[in-house]
Amino acid sequence: MKALDELVNQPGAWLEVGKSGAIIVSSRVRLARNIAGASFPGWAGDDESLRLQGELLRVCTRLQSCPDPLVFEMAELSRMEKEILIERHLMSRDLGDRKKGSALILKRDESIALMVNEEDHIRMQALSPGLNLQELWQRIDSVDNEIESALEYAFSTQLGYLTSCPSNVGTGIRASVMMHLPGLVLMNEINQVIKAVNKMDLAVRGLWGEGTDAAGNMFQISNQSTLGETEQAIIGRLEKIVLEINDHEKNSRLRLLEQKENQVRDHLGRAIGILTHAHMLNSKETLDMLSALRLGIDLGLAPGWKQATIDELFLLIQPGHLQKLAGRSIGTEKRDLARARLIRLRLLGKDV
Amino acid sequence: MLCQICGKNEANVHLTQMLNNEVRKLHLCEQCAEKKGIDVDAPASVSSFLLGLAAPPEGAKAEKAGRACRECGMRIADFKKLSRLGCPSCYAVFARELEPLLGGMHKGTRHAGKKPARHPATLNIPPSLEALKKSLAAAVAAEKYEEAARIRDQILSAQSGAGALKESPR
Repeated sequence: MKALDELVNQPGAWLEVGKSGAIIVSSRVRLARNIAGASFPGWAGDDESLRLQGELLRVCTRLQSCPDPLVFEMAELSRMEKEILIERHLMSRDLGDRKKGSALILKRDESIALMVNEEDHIRMQALSPGLNLQELWQRIDSVDNEIESALEYAFSTQLGYLTSCPSNVGTGIRASVMMHLPGLVLMNEINQVIKAVNKMDLAVRGLWGEGTDAAGNMFQISNQSTLGETEQAIIGRLEKIVLEINDHEKNSRLRLLEQKENQVRDHLGRAIGILTHAHMLNSKETLDMLSALRLGIDLGLAPGWKQATIDELFLLIQPGHLQKLAGRSIGTEKRDLARARLIRLRLLGKDV
Repeated sequence: MLCQICGKNEANVHLTQMLNNEVRKLHLCEQCAEKKGIDVDAPASVSSFLLGLAAPPEGAKAEKAGRACRECGMRIADFKKLSRLGCPSCYAVFARELEPLLGGMHKGTRHAGKKPARHPATLNIPPSLEALKKSLAAAVAAEKYEEAARIRDQILSAQSGAGALKESPR
C-alpha cells in the first residue's frame, strides 16, 4: 500500500527524531465520541456499522483541521500493515482486530488520527513529541468542534459524552505522556513511583510490558477518571505529575552516576557491544539495549552516539516495520537476523 | 381525606397516574392500596405505578426479571459479560446499576467538562417529550423521586401544551 510507504519513510510523531526529550518522549490527547441514537460499535451489527461508517467517513475525511487525510479501511489492510500503524501509535490493537466498518483517518504528518468504529464511534487523537498536552487538547478540541457541527453526539447533561465503556464517560478524554525512565528502574524506585502516581488517579503502564519488566524502560502515564472534572483540570493534574516524575528521574540519574558509575559504564559498554556485534536480536533484548544506550547518551558517557539515531531504531526494529523494510512477511528467526543487521547498519554505517 | 375505595379509612397512599394524557389522582388507605397490589414499602413498584405512562403495572415484574434497553436490546447480564454498554440509552436504562460503578471509577458523578455547542441544554430549547420520558425513567431508576415528580410535571405541561395546539390548529 502506497500510503504506508509514505509513513514508513518519515519519523513517527510519538518518537520524533530530534524533538523527543531525554525523559519526556511524547504526549497524546484522545477524545471518545459517539453518535446519538446509534448502537455502540461492539453491540451494533455489521450492517449498522457499515452504514454508520459511510456517514462518519464522509464527515471525518473533509475536516479543515485534518486536510487531505490518508484513509485506511481495516477490511483492506494486511496484518503487517496494521502492525505498522499500531507500532507508530496511530491506532489501537483493538481497531486492528475489527474488520467490517472500521477505519483509520490520518493526517499525513501523523499529528492527528481518527479511529472510526473502534470501541466508540469516533476516537480522535492528537500526538506530538515532548510535553505538549495543552496544545494537543486545543488541537483535538477544534477537530471535535468541526465534527460536532456535522454530526449529533450522544451527550447527557448529567453524564457528558456517552461512551461504550463507563470508564470513559463524561469528557471522554484520555491524556497520556510517554516517558523514558531507566534511572528509576535501575535505582529500584519505579514501583514506588507507580504506587504514588496510582493514588493520584493516574495510571502508569509499561509501553512494552509492565512494571520493572517494561522493555526499554518506556512508560505511559495517563488519566483514569474522565467524569466530574473539566478537561483542563485533568490535563493540568497529569502535567504536574509528569513534571514531578521528570524531576525524580533526573535525580535518580544523578544518584546512579554518583553511586554506581562503574556499573552504568559497564551496562552501557555491553549494550553497545551487543547492538553492534550481535547476529540475532529479539525485540525485548534490543529495546533494553537501546534504552541503556539512550541513557548513556543523556549522561554524557557515550560520545559519538546520537539520541536521534536511537529513537529512530526504537520504531524501526518492531516486527511490522522490520517486515515492511524486508518487503515481505518473515518469521521470528528471520526477523531477529534482520533486526540485528538493521541495527549494525544504522549504528556503524556498515555491515560487519 | 378518606380512602376513595372503601370510603372509611383515612387515605395515606396518594398516587398520580396518567392514562391517555389524562391525569388521575388516587387517594387510598393502606389496606385498599395493598388489595390493589400496590406495595407501599417497595419504592420500585410505586415508581412503576408512577411510570404508568411508560410501562403498565402488570408489566413491571417481567421488566424487573430481565430488563432490556428499549433502543438496543442490551440486558444487564450482557453488560456484566462485556463490560461495555449497547447504546447511549443504556445509561438511562441501567442508571441504578451504573451509579456505584461510576462513583468508583471517577472523581465525580456529574459532567463538568465540554458541552456540544448545539446540545439542546446549551441552546436552551425545552427537552423533547421523548427525552423527558427517558429522564423520568432514569430518575425513578436512581430512586430520585423528587426529581421524578418535577420531570413528571414537565411532561404534563408539555402534553397539555401539545394538546392545546391540536385543538386549535389555526
